[in-house]
Amino acid sequence: MLDLINVDYSTQIPNNVDLASDRQLLRALEKWHPGYIDWWKSMGPEGFQEKLVYLRTAVSVDPKGWAKFDYVRMPEYRWGILLAPQEEGRKVSFGEHIGEPAWQEVPGEHRAMLRRLIVIQGDTEPASVEQQRHLGKTAPSLYDLRNLFQVNVEEGRHLWAMVYLLHKYFGRDGREEADELLVRRSGDADKPRMLGAFNEETPDWLSFFMFTFFTDRDGKMQLESLAQSGFDPLSRTARFMLTEEAHHMFVGETGIGRIIQRTCEAMKQAGIHDACEVAKVRALGVIDLPTMQKKLNLHYSLTLDLFGSEISTNAANFYNAGLKGRFRENTINDDHRLTSSTYPVLKFIDGRIQNVDEPALTALNMRLRDDYSEDCAKGVERWNKIIEKEGFTFRLALPHVAFNRKIGEFRNMEATPSGIVIPASDWLGTKDEYLPSASDGEFVASLMKPVTEAGKYAPWIAPPRLGIDNKPGEFEYVKFAA
Amino acid sequence: MSVATSEMLKQHLIDPEVCIRCNTCEETCPVGAITHDSNNYVVDASKCNFCMDCISPCPTGSIDNWRVVKSAWGVDEQFGWSELPAQQDITPSATGGQAEAIDYEVQALIAEAHSGVGGKTIAPLSAAKPSVNLFNRDKPAVAIVTGNFRLTDEGVDNDVRHIILDFGDTRFPVLEGQSVGVVPPGLDDHGAPHRIRLYSIASPRHGERPNTNNIALTVKRDGAGLCSNYLCDLQKGDKVSVTGPFGATFLMPNDSSANIIMICTGTGSAPFRGFTEWRRRMMPDAPGRMLLFFGARRPEELPYFGPLQRVPETLLSKYFAYSRISGERKVYVQDRMREQSALLAGLLRKGATHIYVCGLKGMEQGVDVALDDICRGDGMTWRELREVMRTEGRYHVETY
Ligand SMILES: Cc1cc2nc3c(=O)[nH]c(=O)nc-3n(C[C@H](O)[C@H](O)[C@H](O)COP(=O)(O)OP(=O)(O)OC[C@H]3O[C@@H](n4cnc5c(N)ncnc54)[C@H](O)[C@@H]3O)c2cc1C
Ligand code: SF4
Ligand code: SF4
Ligand SMILES: [Fe+2]
Ligand SMILES: [Fe+2]
Repeated sequence: MLDLINVDYSTQIPNNVDLASDRQLLRALEKWHPGYIDWWKSMGPEGFQEKLVYLRTAVSVDPKGWAKFDYVRMPEYRWGILLAPQEEGRKVSFGEHIGEPAWQEVPGEHRAMLRRLIVIQGDTEPASVEQQRHLGKTAPSLYDLRNLFQVNVEEGRHLWAMVYLLHKYFGRDGREEADELLVRRSGDADKPRMLGAFNEETPDWLSFFMFTFFTDRDGKMQLESLAQSGFDPLSRTARFMLTEEAHHMFVGETGIGRIIQRTCEAMKQAGIHDACEVAKVRALGVIDLPTMQKKLNLHYSLTLDLFGSEISTNAANFYNAGLKGRFRENTINDDHRLTSSTYPVLKFIDGRIQNVDEPALTALNMRLRDDYSEDCAKGVERWNKIIEKEGFTFRLALPHVAFNRKIGEFRNMEATPSGIVIPASDWLGTKDEYLPSASDGEFVASLMKPVTEAGKYAPWIAPPRLGIDNKPGEFEYVKFAA
Repeated sequence: MSVATSEMLKQHLIDPEVCIRCNTCEETCPVGAITHDSNNYVVDASKCNFCMDCISPCPTGSIDNWRVVKSAWGVDEQFGWSELPAQQDITPSATGGQAEAIDYEVQALIAEAHSGVGGKTIAPLSAAKPSVNLFNRDKPAVAIVTGNFRLTDEGVDNDVRHIILDFGDTRFPVLEGQSVGVVPPGLDDHGAPHRIRLYSIASPRHGERPNTNNIALTVKRDGAGLCSNYLCDLQKGDKVSVTGPFGATFLMPNDSSANIIMICTGTGSAPFRGFTEWRRRMMPDAPGRMLLFFGARRPEELPYFGPLQRVPETLLSKYFAYSRISGERKVYVQDRMREQSALLAGLLRKGATHIYVCGLKGMEQGVDVALDDICRGDGMTWRELREVMRTEGRYHVETY
């Protein structure tokens, strides 16, 4: 019997999609594979390709089998093609095709749209690996180093997942798009990645944690809405990716949480009561909370741009066509057509930021962004709990959505993090109060000294509360000798 | 330390300080035991069956928390938490009640073995209260082998053994249907201790003979299998480290009017030997019936073939099925059950009837289909009946 839960390792590409019986597809993917490995070796983690890293690999997509931990060298990681198990009788659950059986093949009339969705998602995956490739050199611990690499190999696998869909369902133009995914480079002047935030630098570990908290969370929101897709292979792919994405959220949230923890402990020890005494706090060799707030402002605002224009006919078309749903569409109680409802959209009109009711269909980007902000705010609140528990009154907060935007309603104006509109001429003068300045960056960079002894942590970050895979504190997550 | 009572149970909880509210667990849980509000993700103790599916996908480890409690915290209480309550001072090693085991290594094994029940497992209402997990890896009970007999004919490859373990002065209270754990001595290839293997107790609660402090196991030598070979090779006088007892639901009703239908293959007969012996000793004139459907390749390979012949039909109705007698049609337990459709259908209509299935995983489906057919033939729906019987603690599966 064909086994679609356990992973088939008999082909070069581990999979649970029965690749072995589709020779043509298998050959196409095997042709793409060497280019991928080249890309990984030249653009993946710098300097650690030969080290043994304690990683999890999926051996099946059921809960018991998808997290097998062992030491592997990253280029030998089994990047596989894994789809969540098919649900019997699944239906398109929104848009104009609602109630029809979910598509197992690409619906012809929506082919171009679907390909575009997959290519955009696919482009973000290798981009973040490229952005993070220098971080290994300055990891604050072996634990963090391992987490970085786990995120990286999984982003690599997400690329595979999208390439599989392109090869399997989009023929020749799919293959061309798959090749292009290996050609574009994050930050490259000629061939940049498709979306802005994925061309920014990730210069230090504070940025890395902020990136995984904020920008990977955009990935999560996109995947959540693709998991609703009426195109079943995309839905199943996205569902399995989400389980991995959760680990990326975890790395970000706990990474920042541990930095906050350490800063608060150090302030307490030194008798500092005011978290805003930046110079005194920095003298302790920890990252002051106001700088954390600035980094937060930067990453949140950059990530909001990824949601695109608030009002978007593309988004409406994707939804109508049944290709991309809302965040947890299946738990929303309405007609799932949205032809007659409205949604409040924040706009910049007559020099004021105000709510305007717009047709819900075209406001879908806005809605997803709101769901995203809500998710972020909860995480920020958990950071605040740490600060509070340590006895400080300082609070972190998400900046206003109008702050520092390059795309959408607020792209041609300036606002403070609290949402006060300011003249563009004032922006340059005040910007360093809200966003990391060059000197903030230098300070953080000065702390980035690698710690490679098992069980030890850089002085600016607290150890985690639990090890990965229940491992004890001094576990050697990356073997340096090997 | 306070005294443990049999009302304690082990509760599955999420640490709100570590959890990142990623929804992975809620998405994963096959029985919908996980839910959330705007504050917390929580486990509903009335639904969680300890299948452990949520453990490895959770990115933070926050889901891997357990407390032994006298009564479970409700979902609403948990929503309000900002941290996990500390473990109260209850001896976790001496609890009975709902949890099948405290070690979750064992809990996972049992959850897998019971998965064929199709939902949360529930003990028969009248069952005696079991003790669970009195001994564990770090603190095993040491037993002495006082007997090791071959149950299958010398002429066949299939080597199944009856092994008697005596606990000496150590109190090791068991009930029929429970299992014990054995950790094979030595280390595995990675230098880690071996996994625990479970074996059903084949003797009644007060010992091979009344008031002896021993238990019997029925162990099949499983190819190159590590633990079964270790056990089958034990000599009289050898010492064995035993953990447990485990299991809190695959138990017999303590009710003389209960009908007990037992369906097994191979070593699946072990718990039924315990059931039968206990009823024979304690309530020989019980009005409730006992039926045994027992499959093997041939009589020579059927454990306890001889002794079973001597159990009177009035106590136990026996239906043997042989699948490998040369020249004869292959007969499986489900075929024997179909032959008894009328009898079984009549019993299934009674609220006093309990079904137990035990043996290799592979037998589950055939038995399930047979019961489905038998019910349909009599105007009942097995899916529905099974659900009723399960929730009333009258349907039990333990397969491995
Ligand atoms: C609730 C429960 C109750 C149970 N009750 C009983 C019982 O009453 N009686 C009983 O006998 N069992 C029972 N079992 C099964 C028992 O726990 C063990 O799983 C069984 O004895 C096999 O364990 P093992 O260590 O011998 O085999 P393992 O070492 O775990 O090996 C498993 C299988 O793999 C094969 N294998 C191992 N190594 C190799 C190799 N190198 N090459 C090829 N094949 C290999 C073995 O032959 C064996 O078939 C029960 C299980 C559960 C969960
Ligand atoms: S152990 Fe199983 S039943 Fe319990 S919460 Fe986890 S997945 Fe659900
Ligand atoms: S999977 Fe773990 S971290 Fe995620 S919501 Fe569940 S308990 Fe929390
Ligand atoms: Fe990703
Ligand atoms: Fe990610």
